[in-house]
Amino acid sequence: MMKINTPKKKRVLRELEKRAPKLVETGKKTLILQGLKTSNVLNSVLKEIYHLKRDSAVRYTRKNDNIRPFESGGETSLEFFSQKTDCSIFVYGNTSKKRPDNIIIGRTYDHQIYDLVEVGVENFKPMESFKYDKKLAPQVGSKPFITFAGEGFESIDELKHLKEVLLDLFRGEVVESLSLVGLDRVYVITAVSSDRVFLTHCAVRLKKSGSVVPRIELVEVGPSMDLVVRRHRLPNESLRKEAMRISTDGLKKKIKNVVGDSIQGKVGKIYMPDQKVSSSGILDRVVTYCQVLNTKLFW
Amino acid sequence: MEAENQIQVDLGHLLAFDPYHHFASPPKSREDLVTECLRAGTKLVQAITDGLFNLSATEAIEGPLVKLPKPTTRLPREKHLPRPKPPTKWEMFAKSKGIQKRKKNKVLWDEQTDSWKRSYGYDRVNDDADVPIIEAKMTDEPGSDPFAKRKEEKKKRVEKTEKNRLQNLKQAAKVGALPSHVQLAATALPITGTQAAPKKITKDELGNVAGLAATATASGGKFDKKVAGEKAVKHQGKHRKFLPAAEGSGMGNREKEQTDKVLSKLMARNSHEILNVGKAVSMYNVKKQRDGRNQKGRSSFDSSSKLKPNGKPMKGDKKSPYQKSRKGGSHGGGASRKGKVD
Repeated sequence: MMKINTPKKKRVLRELEKRAPKLVETGKKTLILQGLKTSNVLNSVLKEIYHLKRDSAVRYTRKNDNIRPFESGGETSLEFFSQKTDCSIFVYGNTSKKRPDNIIIGRTYDHQIYDLVEVGVENFKPMESFKYDKKLAPQVGSKPFITFAGEGFESIDELKHLKEVLLDLFRGEVVESLSLVGLDRVYVITAVSSDRVFLTHCAVRLKKSGSVVPRIELVEVGPSMDLVVRRHRLPNESLRKEAMRISTDGLKKKIKNVVGDSIQGKVGKIYMPDQKVSSSGILDRVVTYCQVLNTKLFW
Repeated sequence: MEAENQIQVDLGHLLAFDPYHHFASPPKSREDLVTECLRAGTKLVQAITDGLFNLSATEAIEGPLVKLPKPTTRLPREKHLPRPKPPTKWEMFAKSKGIQKRKKNKVLWDEQTDSWKRSYGYDRVNDDADVPIIEAKMTDEPGSDPFAKRKEEKKKRVEKTEKNRLQNLKQAAKVGALPSHVQLAATALPITGTQAAPKKITKDELGNVAGLAATATASGGKFDKKVAGEKAVKHQGKHRKFLPAAEGSGMGNREKEQTDKVLSKLMARNSHEILNVGKAVSMYNVKKQRDGRNQKGRSSFDSSSKLKPNGKPMKGDKKSPYQKSRKGGSHGGGASRKGKVD
């Protein structure tokens, strides 16, 4: 015997619909959590990432000792959290003697682990240590520019993977139209060597130039750090193919009010507003006109 | 020169990538590294804004609004593509018969009240339950309530539609296309095999159960309030008798009697396994004495075990651990040997 359960509250219904799979996806939520041991550096790194992604991130502050993403059994907790918070990117920080200041950035597909990148953080400078004019500070939730520089991003596998993951992590909401006034931040990522990447967050200053296009000036505001790639795990081929699928159904726009293309051609309906014939006085004028005509005809 | 300056710009993601950037010389200090990176970053952001501001912009309240093109870098989805719903049973039937969907009006004209009323829901047109008078037909039985019958029919119809809806949802769930707000929950454990018919309780069983409940009380059901028509309890009174707490230890000691009874029962049940060693020994000795006396006066044949009717050993003749050695015994010698062959 089965029972149909539907939510009794509209709020719950709205939440469920937000979490349902969509044709066109609008941006991933990030889950930030930590392992058994974290250092000061790691704590501030996770805190800053959370602040950078304020609206679309969830931060867990408790220690989790049963999360080992690179081992086969250690992913269940992560998958459960991903299901619970509806987050498809996670940033997991942990420190050990072998891997100091370690961050694992991973993505999930259908709440199963899709891929992982493990980086170590070095030379971290928090947001507070940068001095700049407060008016330039980027707003929370604005869509950032993302720039990658370096030949390593094309030639080396790990850096290529890291590039894709960082793009997914830092891009904001997927929007169709963008207001040009709200462009105020950029993530500058440079490949320094074959395994080291320099990441910094800057505010964008648009200055007047001769043409329509403004001149760009960057001011370092946010956290800056060196990321050293340690391990990574690419998704397996079949999962990757499935995750990259695009559907063409949603691209066709639904045309309303047009029917009958075969013999009649296109037929549509025009809806006229209610013409108040009786009250506008036109009938009286028609009546008077007919009366006048009548008299004229018969006379 | 031109090929060197190729920066890959993806306006959909506001992304710029310079694959030809390299450090001319390894930076000497941290500040040099930072300035070099910022320089490269500035160049890239300039490239993006070049493309961005050249798009056609519409005027909005805050400023120019630009429609972004589709992104060129493909990123993996976070959830699977929504699966199409399988057609319901009605939809399949309608397709096979060629039945088209007709658009119904939300409001209909009600003749009786001269107003526009809903076609479904509260205060609807032609509501089946609102009819005040139902005329009796020839086929109606006297004493049947037509209003109740109508209610019953409606209930049955509703149950049928609910069942069909559940079946359709189960089909969708099988494919994986259950709507996001619906969950199917199992209300009972599945019964394997044939469905067991619900047991009907007989009058006797009910009486027994009532009796059990009554005598479960401390007073044995004597003072319970009875419902009109309830018969007296069958096995009234207490079923357990408890011995008094303090009693002397003499002949009539009931506790001793109880324990003795238990003990004797146990012994009787297991008596075939228990060997009373002393008894066996004395029986063996007595028998041996008897045999010894008889041996002197009797012939061998009578007492040979082979001529006995069953050939079975006698009951007392168990192998005793205290068996005396026969060698050089006082009754040794003699041609015939008595007793069983050990």
